[in-house]
Amino acid sequence: MRDGYAFVRASLGAVMHGSSAYYRWLAFLGVWMLLGCAAATYQFANGLGVSNLTDQVPWGVYIANFSFLVGLAAASVLVVIPAYVYRDAALYDISLLGELLAVAAMVMSLLFIVVDLGHPELFWHLVPSLGILNFPQSMLAWDVVVINGYLFINAYVVSYLLFSKYRGRVPDKRWYMPVLLLGVVWAVGIHTIPAFLYASLGGRPFWHSAVLAPRFLASAFVSGPSLLIIVLTVVRDQMHFPVRDEALQRLRQIVGVAAVLNLFLTVSEIFVEIYPGTSHSASMRYILVGLHGHNLLVPYIWTGIALSVFAAVVFLARPLYSRPKLLLAACAGAVIGVWIEKGMGLVIPGFIPTSLGEIVEYSPSFIEFCVSAGIWAIGAFLYTLMLKVAVPIELGTLRLPGVSHERVGLHPLRGAA
Amino acid sequence: MTEDHQNHDEREAVVEGVGKAQASRRRFLQVLGAATATAATSQADAAPWEDFFQQHYKRLTDDEKRQIFARLEAQVQDKYGVAVRISDPKPIDGVEFAYALNLQACVGCRRCEYACAQENNTSRSPELHYIRVLQMDKGSLDVERSNTTYEGAVPTAEHYYQPVQCHQCRDAPCVRACPVNATWAEPDGIVVVDYNWCIGCRYCEAACPYFARRFNYEEPTVRPSEINPDQGYLSNRLRPRGVMEKCTYCLHRTRKGLMPACLEACPTGSRKFGNLLDPNSEVRQVIETKRVYILHEDAGTNPRFYYYFG
Repeated sequence: MRDGYAFVRASLGAVMHGSSAYYRWLAFLGVWMLLGCAAATYQFANGLGVSNLTDQVPWGVYIANFSFLVGLAAASVLVVIPAYVYRDAALYDISLLGELLAVAAMVMSLLFIVVDLGHPELFWHLVPSLGILNFPQSMLAWDVVVINGYLFINAYVVSYLLFSKYRGRVPDKRWYMPVLLLGVVWAVGIHTIPAFLYASLGGRPFWHSAVLAPRFLASAFVSGPSLLIIVLTVVRDQMHFPVRDEALQRLRQIVGVAAVLNLFLTVSEIFVEIYPGTSHSASMRYILVGLHGHNLLVPYIWTGIALSVFAAVVFLARPLYSRPKLLLAACAGAVIGVWIEKGMGLVIPGFIPTSLGEIVEYSPSFIEFCVSAGIWAIGAFLYTLMLKVAVPIELGTLRLPGVSHERVGLHPLRGAA
Repeated sequence: MTEDHQNHDEREAVVEGVGKAQASRRRFLQVLGAATATAATSQADAAPWEDFFQQHYKRLTDDEKRQIFARLEAQVQDKYGVAVRISDPKPIDGVEFAYALNLQACVGCRRCEYACAQENNTSRSPELHYIRVLQMDKGSLDVERSNTTYEGAVPTAEHYYQPVQCHQCRDAPCVRACPVNATWAEPDGIVVVDYNWCIGCRYCEAACPYFARRFNYEEPTVRPSEINPDQGYLSNRLRPRGVMEKCTYCLHRTRKGLMPACLEACPTGSRKFGNLLDPNSEVRQVIETKRVYILHEDAGTNPRFYYYFG
């Protein structure tokens, strides 16, 4: 108990002190957080009328970001599986950073759901017994369960590992392995349930596709590890955390395969929709070439596709990926490409045309933009603070007073226990 | 109305009869609600908290419902200066409502659409209508080739008209989609919304293949003089901002034996409404003797709304 108190105090101490670059980064995020809070307050006071959402397009940039962020959490499972199941030493060293990324991603996706509600204050209606959770009928109820569950699983595992290491002890497998492995299984849910949320709607041909869940998985396996490569590079440069090149290359291999698979699935979907030219292909035509003169999102989606192709090429060609700057650019391209494709590129065309054939286009309002940016800033802020605590504990520099500063658990599982 | 006002002792007395778990949950909410309510000075001040802690329609006792209706009536009185009566007509045993609409006779005048708005107290600004009248190209049943913003004299030689509203599906995707059971199908087939339970996620709207659901993005506005005072709790009472609403086949009328407002407004007799379980009802006759088709039948939602020719 006393150790727990010391842990919390040490964590607070760690996040309060940093370089000037650290403070500048937090201040930058703080400005966006304030702006986001102001915009969210304004929206709460005035209703969703301040968004550009309509009955024709009832979901927009909030749900788009939600869909992308559940995928981003794949950064966790894709380091956990190689690290713990295949005992990859390089990824084992950095697995904690992947799990923390999943925590931040889950917090952001929950926030994006909350700001999308007409009555966020009535969230208690979702709490079983107190309210009514329509489980297992509603796919949204499933989503509430899997996202909160995944948040809890990852938060528990990283808290336990960090607390053990802070006390200079080797983490006891019995206390975290079952939950960690549950997280691996749960990860399947976290990427497929949001896809089923869309794919289960028989009245929306654009989403009603068996390949949507595999596409969600493939694109998640691109965006999560790609962002992690960027994070690891920054952490190595800024926080002097030893990230082995093998770790980056292993992640690069993963995203290379996933990027190609993702493009292949996307092409399959486009082909099946476009070639026969049934009336159900209208949404696909809208997003790719425009429909009856409406083409607001056409340049947007092609930007995303171009970035995804660029990233896939770099990830697979040794002369290209061996140049660190180009690899980072490809990672950024991959993340943005998936954000476009699994974000507004997926959500908006589902509503265009409506089931009665109307075409109403959508782009976010200024308020929606500020709220979204604010939530991203909250996620980045949270992740930064978590890294600020986790990295020194991993390095052995942050320890319970009187405990050896040796590094704990810096080897594959085989040797850890 | 004052005798109906909140009386917490009375409410707790009613609770004794309910299941234990439910009673404790109720009690928890009541204590919270009561604690905040007593801090306020008047009924009007207490209302927001009572709105907030209000339970799901199906969990309310008759007594609680009476108190809630009185509170809602008082809120309308406060806000609009209009005396309305909120009732809760129950579904009738042996009745399953269905609609049939004659595509050959409809002229696209949109009177049903506006009569519906008046009857159901839907927002005038922003304008919110349950019924969408599609101007269809002759030679096609494809709604994607339709136009909903047509103007000028109707009918035209090149078009026919297809009004669309909630189809009250037997396998309603909106009902399954709702994460909090704020929308459900009543025993007489009408899909309703508890406007005080809806959290406004709009998943039902995404799920609907008929574009039948409407969300109050802004505070709905109706002029006091235009408010229909005969209101059903699950149908045409004034809605708050941030919740979903939809056509309820005018259940506050139809459960009392009246016809829906859209049917009464129709100058061509295109609209037929009645009890599907009654072999002599008009709607049953239509299904048995006319050529009937169902919009988006491939969506598999088994609607209680039929289009026919003749």
